[in-house]
Amino acid sequence: MIIQLVYLAAATCFVLGLHLMNSPATARRGNLVSAAGMVAGVLATAVLIAEQNLIKPTGWAVLLAGSAVGAVLGLVSARTVRMTAMPQLVSLFNAVGGGAAALVAVDEVLRGSGGAVTVVLDVLIGAVTFTGSLLAAGKLQGLVPGRPVVFAGARALNLVLALVMLLGGGYFALVRPDPLVITAVGLAALVFGVTMVLPIGGADMPVVISLLNAFTGTAVAMAGFVIANDMLVIAGALVGASGAILTKLMADAMNRSLASILVGGFGTGDGDPSVAV
Amino acid sequence: MAGLSVFVLSLLVGFEVISKVPATLHTPLMSAANSIHGIIVVGAMLIAASADTVLGYVLAFLASAFAAMNVVGGYVVTDRMLRMFRGRR
Repeated sequence: MIIQLVYLAAATCFVLGLHLMNSPATARRGNLVSAAGMVAGVLATAVLIAEQNLIKPTGWAVLLAGSAVGAVLGLVSARTVRMTAMPQLVSLFNAVGGGAAALVAVDEVLRGSGGAVTVVLDVLIGAVTFTGSLLAAGKLQGLVPGRPVVFAGARALNLVLALVMLLGGGYFALVRPDPLVITAVGLAALVFGVTMVLPIGGADMPVVISLLNAFTGTAVAMAGFVIANDMLVIAGALVGASGAILTKLMADAMNRSLASILVGGFGTGDGDPSVAV
Repeated sequence: MAGLSVFVLSLLVGFEVISKVPATLHTPLMSAANSIHGIIVVGAMLIAASADTVLGYVLAFLASAFAAMNVVGGYVVTDRMLRMFRGRR
């Protein structure tokens, strides 16, 4: 009961924190309020799993080791990154967030629990975000050509991927929760993340990262359904919706429509983007 | 059903909460929202709490490393952006 109240307080902090981000004068405080909510949520969960006495010593060790590795990587990269390289770092953090959300659903599948639409959506959205955000970061960092990359047969490949994701996802959720089927769906989604971002030019990447950020929020909300945790549902939906609005604002600020960005092939002087590169 | 209601209401709050943000705050706001979805770290903790196979532990390790990187890095980099923002004025 007390845990649930702390979760509610944490969710409130997230909403207030985002609200304070609306104005430059209060933005930094907003981020701190949101961070306080995060700390409260994590501590409450630690108390919860310690009290239930379910977690084994190995579980604690794995959890602490994993968190330590991730926290150090995040802290060091966030503190040392150059100002101009911050967008790609945010994209990298977004990628691992989406990956973590997808792993929650994978874990649920491994436990052999029944198929559900939320499991499929969590795997799908999380996997697309994972590879899509990694590629977006790579484009901004210059590891991958920033220009729109269009290759022959991309459209046919996307069609096949869409069919696998749609039919496989439907089969897993509604007919029979076969682990092999969800694996195929997850792999198709990983490839789709790449083919979605590849044809988009580097100049449009900030908008794409914001869109993928909204995707991760939605994947986290789905993960909340999968493990029946309201705080995840609230925080995820909050990021999904505000991220979608922010994506539109960013596209508007660049005088670009989201649809034309996603179709791709724009910018950096390529005369005919339909030519294979 | 209750979960679905919570989901839809949270979506509505999300749509409303950042309606009038100035363009200079777009990137910090994106980064702030990015940190918030790091709440998936709670999911990683719950996976670890009930893991009892090798594969389960591997997943818990990966999920907690990913999520911790998202949370810690996200908040620190957002704070750096906003500090810079204040210094510039």
